[in-house]
Amino acid sequence: MTTLPLLDIRDLTVEFSTRRGIVCAVERIDVSVGKGETLAIVGESGSGKSVTSYAVMRILDRAGCIAEGTITFSGIDLRAASESDMRNLRGREISMIFQNPRAALNPIRKVGHQIEDVLMQHAQAGSQDVTAKAIELLEQVRIARPRERYHAYPFELSGGMCQRIVIALALACRPQLLIADEPTTGLDVTTQKTVMELVVELTRQRGMSTILITHDLGLAATYCDRVTVMEKGHIVETATARAIFTAPEHAYTRRLMRATPRPGVSLRDLLPEDAIARPTAQVLPIAADKTPLLVVEKLVKEYPSQGASRSLANLFRRGPAPESETFRAVDGISFSIGRGESVGLVGESGCGKSTTSTMIMRLTDATSGLIQFDGADIGTIPAKSFARLAIRKRIQMVFQDATDSLNPRFTAARAIADPILRLGGIKGRNAVRARCEVLARQVGLPLDLLDRFPHQLSGGQKARVGIARAIALHPELMILDEPTAALDVSVQAVVLNLLQELKETLGMSYLFVSHDLNVVRLLCDRVLVMRAGRIVEQGPTNQVLHAPEADYTRELLAAIPHPTFEPESNHARSA
Amino acid sequence: MLRMILQRLMIAVPSLIGVVIVTFLLTRALPGDTAAYFAGPAATQEAIDQIRVKLGLDKPLIVQFGRYVQDLARGELGMSLTTGQPVATDIRTRLPASAELTLLGLIVSMVIAVPLGIFAATRPGSMVDHLCRVIATAGVSLPVFFTGLILVYVFYYLLGLAPAPLGRLDIFFSPPPQVTGFFLIDSLIAGDGDMFLASLKQLILPVLTLAIFSIAPIARMTRASMLAVLASDFIRTARASGLSPKTVIVTYAFRNAMLPVITTLGMVFSFLLGANVLVEKVFAWPGIGSYAVEALVASDFAPVQGFVLTMAVMYVVLNLLIDILYGVVDPRVRIEA
Repeated sequence: MTTLPLLDIRDLTVEFSTRRGIVCAVERIDVSVGKGETLAIVGESGSGKSVTSYAVMRILDRAGCIAEGTITFSGIDLRAASESDMRNLRGREISMIFQNPRAALNPIRKVGHQIEDVLMQHAQAGSQDVTAKAIELLEQVRIARPRERYHAYPFELSGGMCQRIVIALALACRPQLLIADEPTTGLDVTTQKTVMELVVELTRQRGMSTILITHDLGLAATYCDRVTVMEKGHIVETATARAIFTAPEHAYTRRLMRATPRPGVSLRDLLPEDAIARPTAQVLPIAADKTPLLVVEKLVKEYPSQGASRSLANLFRRGPAPESETFRAVDGISFSIGRGESVGLVGESGCGKSTTSTMIMRLTDATSGLIQFDGADIGTIPAKSFARLAIRKRIQMVFQDATDSLNPRFTAARAIADPILRLGGIKGRNAVRARCEVLARQVGLPLDLLDRFPHQLSGGQKARVGIARAIALHPELMILDEPTAALDVSVQAVVLNLLQELKETLGMSYLFVSHDLNVVRLLCDRVLVMRAGRIVEQGPTNQVLHAPEADYTRELLAAIPHPTFEPESNHARSA
Repeated sequence: MLRMILQRLMIAVPSLIGVVIVTFLLTRALPGDTAAYFAGPAATQEAIDQIRVKLGLDKPLIVQFGRYVQDLARGELGMSLTTGQPVATDIRTRLPASAELTLLGLIVSMVIAVPLGIFAATRPGSMVDHLCRVIATAGVSLPVFFTGLILVYVFYYLLGLAPAPLGRLDIFFSPPPQVTGFFLIDSLIAGDGDMFLASLKQLILPVLTLAIFSIAPIARMTRASMLAVLASDFIRTARASGLSPKTVIVTYAFRNAMLPVITTLGMVFSFLLGANVLVEKVFAWPGIGSYAVEALVASDFAPVQGFVLTMAVMYVVLNLLIDILYGVVDPRVRIEA
């Protein structure tokens, strides 16, 4: 390279002082970004990819410090720059977009004013034209009715819209470098696509350089020129996106590549090559009984659409509440799940998939419709009394957030034992403990971890605890509500395989709720696609994903980022 | 906004009805025979019975309640046996005294506590932070009558800087014509600068006493909520956008951090208003708290009833004000209402 890179990081080491001493978050890394270049930094949680970007911006929190190395941005030594110089650079020369856009905006300040704050700070506008400029920026990030939205608060906007505001903030002063830290995590795939395309288009228009920080290799390879892969604070590989995707050199990159669910692979393919294949236990013959295990018919859930209708003011209102005040979260859906079958329920946030699963779990009451489990009408049993019935044992749930769904004061063993103590009918401390150990072995949780508390376990281990707890009572139907959404891809691969194995050995049926079509593809026999409370398409997974009938399904499939240079050789080599 | 206020007012109605019922029953449950007390120690049984009939105390409880509600509707709270004045008049003259004291105490403590909490939060573990903790702990652990007495001892007895702790005004002044009941404001309305200074001098020590006591909850709350807000994502965004520290702390952090502080303020205020009995005693302040305690000791139920009712109404009004303030600061609340 003859020209100097815009950003040049050399030998960067970032340390955090913690109670247990100094922890090195990033160790001796080199990163450089040229003018107009798009670089992706890919890694799993704890790899130090975000810390690197905070170090560049010098917004590490109090405990963190740059211990070694240099960061040069267009000739300026950022490590030596004064705080006021840094303040001038931040937002004007280097900007950042963050994960969780709604939290990234001041909740009680109008979004227009937040954009104005940045414009005024960097003297990009005077008090006369600042409003006009802010509205112009809103237009540029394609916010419909920008004049009106200027006065909106973040809570009045959708997640995708908030991310556009954050992008508008970041691009307000036409910076040279944009750092996007997981900009689309938590957004729906279709929103992800529009947001990413917007970023790419705007940065290209302005000749900006971009660093995209992500855990998603597909996203990185689709939108970036070069990819840097990080693991545990080190850079393991840097190469062009094409090279990374077609010929990854480092073992970790290859492992990461393998673990990413994608078309044309099976569950087993996700596991590392050297993984010891666990002997598949006796596969239970699926019961000859052809009657479906679960039948749902014309299920409806309505919510009052206004918060006001809950208030006491209603007591003083004459006459019944107007009909229009309800919102149908689930709008007359019908489906069934056979014995030993796994059905995927796919849709974007707000489509009613979680409401559906909680109704089947009988955690909320349906407004109308039928829920029949093994011939028994469970839909009519009030949610309050259902928890005490014997039938409750036969339906279990695994929740999305493995951390939040465990009691922080229960050990793993106590968490697993919880359903056994309530409904299991096993008496005596030793018997319960023995059952817990059997379950732990089943889910591959080392027995010495049983006495640890959730905060002492990793994400994958917590997921295993959640699964062990769910299978403790030999359920026939398991509802899996995005069980791997919060996990790193390599952990997700292991957990998905575990779920598949358990399903085969225990003969369970799954209702697998997810927004990730690639994951559903791997695990489910049939798939239901939901949108706005209705099922728009259902059928065998292969058929729905390869020859979708509904436009919406096609749209969903098209939105999944996968690089255009679909590698043919990859398959041959890994085989 | 107006709809929200109306709704809040409607929610207040049932609680006010409850307060009316409870105060009525509570004062009836007080030990001691009111009629006997009213008749005096030398009265015969006959005279006591006569007074009982006259006061309506021989009637069934429900009839007494009916009469009580009727009186209330006319704004009558009954007669105080100890002062011989209508309770409504007593409260009207004494409430402003307490309110002036408490309000000023709260303002002074806010002026000290809020910046202290912010400084402590922006520099956790620094000297300011430790100072904040020491002041807060000391302030809350010393009983008000003790700090009050110490202040009187030092500033009046030893240094002679403060006037004698004998009520709202020096005896050489007569109170200004009543407009608001707040002497500071009334004296300004009357254009009497000397009286303003005189009443201010009287206020300084009791106000300080209350302020020292209420610094703790406000400072600690401000610090905690500032710390929480400063650690949040949008502050990181603001810093990453290069906003100046002043904008980040004042416009972004402070306004968000104020939400829980406002709630605390309301609680502290209503708590102080009722609980400053001891301060009123120490400084011979003709306030509502000492009035209620004296009546309670004398089994004089009408003033007690009036006091509890007034406090309840004030509490409702205060909560309404806080809700409105909350709505002004936080747009999310406005929508939910």
